[in-house]
Amino acid sequence: MLFFSFFKTLVDHEVTVELKNEISLRGTLKSVDQYLNIKLDDVSVVEDVRWPHLSSTRNMFIRGSVVRYVHLPAAAVDTALLEDATRREAASAAAKAKQG
Amino acid sequence: MADIDDGPSTSVSEPLDLVRLCLDEVVFVKLRGDRELKGRLHAYDSHCNMVLGDVEETIYITEEDEEEQEITRTVKKQSEMLFVRGDSVVLISPQAPS
Repeated sequence: MLFFSFFKTLVDHEVTVELKNEISLRGTLKSVDQYLNIKLDDVSVVEDVRWPHLSSTRNMFIRGSVVRYVHLPAAAVDTALLEDATRREAASAAAKAKQG
Repeated sequence: MADIDDGPSTSVSEPLDLVRLCLDEVVFVKLRGDRELKGRLHAYDSHCNMVLGDVEETIYITEEDEEEQEITRTVKKQSEMLFVRGDSVVLISPQAPS
């Protein structure tokens, strides 16, 4: 849930999604869901000489499971907030585990 | 679980607690596909999804030369802020090997 909320704060930002098959796609993050599936707009392929078959696609849905990395704009990320949210999530996960 | 520790913020009772203590520290992450990352840990969850800052990625590429000798070359890439999907993660270590 942490990263779902995190990605929702990044909607309308420019990101680069690197897939497990090496293809990198740069575009505007339009939406994200609980599986971290991603919808990108205004997509350009980073090495379009190497991957020409995608260069006509402007708009796409990316299944979360094929993503390796998402390169983010550092200015759009509040790292202190993110660390606090991570500690809270870890604490609630530990509490749940204790309940059995 | 018997807790004989000094509070919830410093206890290490399960594996991911080690990762929690690495928040805002430089970590070494080994990934599937002969890749390694070194960067500051800003977030993680139970799937080992992570956000790292000031990341250096090292990719090890093994190729065969003309005499069928295996040669490993490394490619390094920098990224200012990186989300890493947990299913690629092999290990997370607090000590960044030099």
